[in-house]
Amino acid sequence: MPVVIDGQRMERSLARIAHEIVERNRGVEELAFAGIRSRGVPLAQRLAASLKHITGVDVPVGTLDITLYRDDLMRHPVGPQPLVRRTEIPFSIDNRRILLVDDVLFTGRTIRAALDALIDFGRPRAIQLVVMVDRGHRELPIKADYVGKNLPTSLSQSVRVRLEEIDGRDEVVVEETTS
Amino acid sequence: MIDTMSRAATTPAAPSTPASAAPTGAAPPVSPVGPAGAAPATALHGRHLLGIADLTREEILLILDTAEAMKEVGSRAIKKVPALRGRTVVNLFFEPSTRTRTSFEIAEKRLSADTLNIAIATSSVTKGETLADTVRNLEALSPDMIVMRHASSGACHLLARICKSRIINAGDGMHEHPTQALLDAFTIREHKKRIEGLKIVIVGDLLHSRVLRSNVLLLNKLGANVWVAAPRTLMPAGIDQFGVTATTNVDEAVKDADVVMMLRIQLERMQGNFFPSIREYFNLFGMTPERVKLAKDDVIIMHPGPMNRGVEIASEVADGASSVILEQVSNGVAVRMAVLYLLAGGGEA
Repeated sequence: MPVVIDGQRMERSLARIAHEIVERNRGVEELAFAGIRSRGVPLAQRLAASLKHITGVDVPVGTLDITLYRDDLMRHPVGPQPLVRRTEIPFSIDNRRILLVDDVLFTGRTIRAALDALIDFGRPRAIQLVVMVDRGHRELPIKADYVGKNLPTSLSQSVRVRLEEIDGRDEVVVEETTS
Repeated sequence: MIDTMSRAATTPAAPSTPASAAPTGAAPPVSPVGPAGAAPATALHGRHLLGIADLTREEILLILDTAEAMKEVGSRAIKKVPALRGRTVVNLFFEPSTRTRTSFEIAEKRLSADTLNIAIATSSVTKGETLADTVRNLEALSPDMIVMRHASSGACHLLARICKSRIINAGDGMHEHPTQALLDAFTIREHKKRIEGLKIVIVGDLLHSRVLRSNVLLLNKLGANVWVAAPRTLMPAGIDQFGVTATTNVDEAVKDADVVMMLRIQLERMQGNFFPSIREYFNLFGMTPERVKLAKDDVIIMHPGPMNRGVEIASEVADGASSVILEQVSNGVAVRMAVLYLLAGGGEA
């Protein structure tokens, strides 16, 4: 299983994205992060730390669990329900620019669910999408605003982002799935 | 009384291959029920929620953890998620209930399920239809879940055997009231961060209480130190066989307690005299501010409602700083959302 992004490369990508965020929003006023569980959350926290380093401003970070908004819930006649965990958005999203963060952008269905979840919290001025890897194969009209790396893949492959906070090390690997 | 309870513990109400550690998305697990400390459950093994007796410790923890996520939904500006969209839930109440019925209804609406309320007064049961026929007719309308309260112990078990819908027991006679015990446990855990090792005292009408049975089963599964106190006449025979310390001395029971749970004196279920007068009961068993002082300083006082002020609990205690009675009501919605969500999935058919 080839490592396509190592720890150093990931760090540089995140640093670049942090600068892009500042440039594109002309500062960080009214910005807030919403990390999608699980791996969007540490990525959002790292970006927030970078923004603090660059601008000195604390950008709030929230956590979004999109399980209850999935479009494949209740479509399986058998099998357990996906685990639901807490969503924590400890700030008002009204009139803020929300940076939605996830590890991999694939079909776009997770992002669709996340957009629905976010809108239930209020009316943000804008939502921008940050992903570590865009692997293609979209099934919905969704596009990322900030991408760590575009990674052309085939549908038989799986892309795994590992993060220090959850998996003990930073890397992105592409695996051939046997099914 | 004991018969009812032990039967519940042994009657397999649903196909009950225990699943304490079902891997997500995997085939139905075949592993036997795990000991305490087994891997966290990711699904409920049964199709129904008939009683706490059928749940493993891990399943109880799964429901409580899921309820934490559900509680957050209730704190949003828009208190609704699309999880149960297109599912139909029938609330079938053969006994009067305000709290439990509205709590289930709010839980169902917050999950976007379609709900249908059937109360006994307006149903054809008053025209002589049997429970089985009523339910078969309801099933012809293909609901996904039926939430039922009934005055007869075991009514939900009967239903579970004859119908395809998932059954949630909202209280059956003097048998079980599982969602009440789950919301009580949720409330205790919120305040004490744990349940294991706590001294939890249940005082009141033990004989007629389904809340007691469900709570004792649940608290024992989670390792609490459970005490019960009541007059001899309201104490089920053989109660100490259920892993509780039983006493007629409330002061002894309440001493150093972490949690005091009061049960309602159910005058409507009492045929005959169980104690000389309400005033005497209040003096000997009622929760007064003086008695509360015997417990730990950070004790929480609970009551499943509806309260009889001046009978089992003094107003000063019910409205006092230690009371979490209204929190129990709000937590009930989160816990019921968790149960509805978890049962709406596949499980073992």
